[in-house]
Amino acid sequence: MNLRRDVFQAIADPTRRAILMLVASQSMTAGAIASNFDTARPTVSKHLQILIECELLEQEQNGREIYYHFNAKKMKEVADFIEPFRKMWDDRFNKLETVMKNYQSNK
Amino acid sequence: MEQKTKIHTEEGKQDLVITREFDLPLELLFKAYTVPDIVEQWMGTKVLKLENKKHGGYQFETSDAQGNVVLQANGAIHEFVTDRKITRTFEMENVPFDVQLEFLEFEPLTDDRSKLTMHVIYRSAVLRDQQLKLPFAYGINMAHDRLQEVVNKLR
Repeated sequence: MNLRRDVFQAIADPTRRAILMLVASQSMTAGAIASNFDTARPTVSKHLQILIECELLEQEQNGREIYYHFNAKKMKEVADFIEPFRKMWDDRFNKLETVMKNYQSNK
Repeated sequence: MEQKTKIHTEEGKQDLVITREFDLPLELLFKAYTVPDIVEQWMGTKVLKLENKKHGGYQFETSDAQGNVVLQANGAIHEFVTDRKITRTFEMENVPFDVQLEFLEFEPLTDDRSKLTMHVIYRSAVLRDQQLKLPFAYGINMAHDRLQEVVNKLR
């Protein structure tokens, strides 16, 4: 199965969010990541695979070990995604503030 | 710089929370939501009806520069507590989005600062995400339009 993974679907899962938080603090091997969870190792591997497919994690070979890095750039794309929605409300509320300040000084 | 307007969303959920702190006393912030001609000014819409009471309702209508109606919205007011709370539904007419439930809570921070917390609940997580993506999609369309303009000029 090689479906293109949706980033939003990827971060919808609490275990995957926990993995991202772990790896964001430092690069880790799959074994070190798995040791933080009660979940079976193959389950953690599957989560890692999904995070790699959607580019939230990157792998790096270091001797015999494979280290997982957090891809902050990809995560920023996710944050930027709702930014236009936030901006729309921010503009609207700025307008409200301006209108009410004029209203107040005209009283 | 700390952002004044914040959006809190969780993946897979069908709601979102918008918070904003205003440089306005609480009464003025609340007025901005209840006095029709003030609502018209900041929302940029015509207020056809606004009944600020339990079991009341409201109707907005937005037109473009040519006077064509581009958006009609309405809702029912479920709860109304002056300077504290408005619970209402919101529905855009003639669009495939379902009605949404909105909890608006107003609170004073100081004598001249106040805070609005808006909890919006959609019928499904998919509908919420569609709403979230609208301005994003619109922004992309705008960028495309601008690109198209540039390309047209090059011709």
